[in-house]
Amino acid sequence: MTASVVLSRREWLLSDRPASRLQARLGRAYVAWRRFSANRLALIGMLIIIALLVVAAFADVLTPYSPTVGDLKNARLLPPGAAHWFGTDDLGRDIYSRVVYGARWTLYVVILVAIIAAPIGLLVGTIAGYAGGWTDTILMRITDIFLAFPKLVLALAFVAALGPGIENAVLAIAITSWPPYARIARAETLTVRNSDYIKAVQLMGASPFRIVLRHIMPLCISSLIIRVTLDMAGIILTAAGLGFLGLGAQPPLPEWGAMIASGRRFILDQWWVAAAPGAAILIVSLGFNLLGDGLRDALDPRSGDQ
Amino acid sequence: MSVAENQAAAGRGSARAVAIVSSLGRFLVVAVTTYLGLLAVTFFIGRVIPIDPVLAVLGDRAPTAVVERTRREMGLDLPWIEQFYLYVKAALRGDFGTSVLTTNPVMSDIRRVFPATIELATLGTFIGAVIGVPLGVLAAVKRGSLIDQVARIVGLIGYSVPIFWLGLLGLVLFYAKLQWIAFPARLDVVYEYTFTPITGFYLLDAAIQGQWDVFYDAWRHIVLPAALLGYLSLAYISRMTRSFMLNELAQEYIVAARAKGLSERRIIWGHALRNAAVPMVTVIALSYANLLEGSVLTETVFSWPGIGLYITNSLQNADMNAVLGGTIAIGSVFIAINLFSDLLYRLLDPRTKTG
Repeated sequence: MTASVVLSRREWLLSDRPASRLQARLGRAYVAWRRFSANRLALIGMLIIIALLVVAAFADVLTPYSPTVGDLKNARLLPPGAAHWFGTDDLGRDIYSRVVYGARWTLYVVILVAIIAAPIGLLVGTIAGYAGGWTDTILMRITDIFLAFPKLVLALAFVAALGPGIENAVLAIAITSWPPYARIARAETLTVRNSDYIKAVQLMGASPFRIVLRHIMPLCISSLIIRVTLDMAGIILTAAGLGFLGLGAQPPLPEWGAMIASGRRFILDQWWVAAAPGAAILIVSLGFNLLGDGLRDALDPRSGDQ
Repeated sequence: MSVAENQAAAGRGSARAVAIVSSLGRFLVVAVTTYLGLLAVTFFIGRVIPIDPVLAVLGDRAPTAVVERTRREMGLDLPWIEQFYLYVKAALRGDFGTSVLTTNPVMSDIRRVFPATIELATLGTFIGAVIGVPLGVLAAVKRGSLIDQVARIVGLIGYSVPIFWLGLLGLVLFYAKLQWIAFPARLDVVYEYTFTPITGFYLLDAAIQGQWDVFYDAWRHIVLPAALLGYLSLAYISRMTRSFMLNELAQEYIVAARAKGLSERRIIWGHALRNAAVPMVTVIALSYANLLEGSVLTETVFSWPGIGLYITNSLQNADMNAVLGGTIAIGSVFIAINLFSDLLYRLLDPRTKTG
């Protein structure tokens, strides 16, 4: 590829008069990417998340031992070494293998929470914003009430009633984490609600349902994605906290929070049992925070770097 | 003062009065609906989610007559809305039922354990504010410098670390290896029986009674959990402080102050920080509320006998009355702090005064 081709491709992407919808979209994506990739911390965050995805996908290949069946006779509570990189736990299971498989459960939780909570928030927010009046007042009152609750404690009470388990933990976290999304979706809706293109669609006879679904929701997506990414760390920490209290994933699932809880009994003598899963939580949460900050700065220039 | 000026001043005064009354009115509406919402959710959790609350209380071997009587006693034969009305009435009296585990009324249990949580969260917020505010100011003033980067990393890690894990590592290092602090509890066993608390805040009680050996012992127990909570609130407070300060430093009055020849120190700490003070108070109040919640995990790690440990112990014994009572207690304080900081913001912020 010659330099002139690269340059012209760049010019094509940055053109002020895109000839097609595709060119305009690619151009916008290119600008956002340039802003994003100029931020070194954000790139590190993205690498961490990619690593998480890869590790979760290839957990079978990456692990030399079973995550659930240990060697009770020979490998109980061994310190980190060549055979077991992160040591072994009280049931003789390889902690490295368990941490790697734990990536799957972490992803499982954050993805499920996101696909439950974000659509609820989106729906409540866009309906409230578009309908206005009493609907808006009531929906937003409910949102504010949920926003004023302590999240972890409420999730705790929910799981206590529903019974411990990873699905119930997901449900409890989702119930407590949709309100910010509703707020964001409503704010975005209010800014476009009276714009000309919405009036045009109204004149064409589109139903309110169609307008909200096809013409308002897509505009809320990008700010919602940023917020969800920023919330991922909080979701992971809450899930790990529930796991630590014995309310999330149940043994023998290799969930990081539950692993820390089982390492707690040996913490003073065999610190490595709890150390590795906690470090994994820290790294992944950090990755989501860095990625979210970077996305916000790249896609939403208004917020600057404050 | 001329008549016109007088009238104008009176007009401003009444506009301010109207603003205050409307803020207070809004505050009351929000407070009442939020508390009703909290009770509705706990009602839902306690009465609706369990398939049969009677079964949860009596077990599955109780004779039919007893089941029927209990059902009536618990008011479960009434319509839901009436049940909820009775529930709210009981909650307003502070009646959350009896704890199965301790056999005390839940309310008296909560009263006993709450001071421990307050003591921990207060010390934590104090640490967070004392370090977080100057750190945030410095990060904003020296934007892009090393200290800004350090503050950012410290904050990011604070947002990302599982606090219970950090607590466990802290125990390994400071208790097991270095022996700087005492084992997880509130006091050494020796003092448990000789020390009589007055207020329930052990540091304060020991100081009042002049028992400095107890004070030192209590300090050795509280310092690590408080420092951890302090770190959490530091992360939040320093980040918000930086953002507020950047906002203020970009204002024109800063340029005016510089043109006047004021010292940089006076501009930053006297002018900019003072104008950022109102939102800062809100942020510190919110971080206090968050620490009350964060105490659930911290107290479990450090065996700190506060409301968090009370809730988790009750959870492990399926003691729903205690769990929900504790949830309402933490929720109430959390909501109160949220609402009051919001009200404070509305009343103190000069921009909302005339509004």
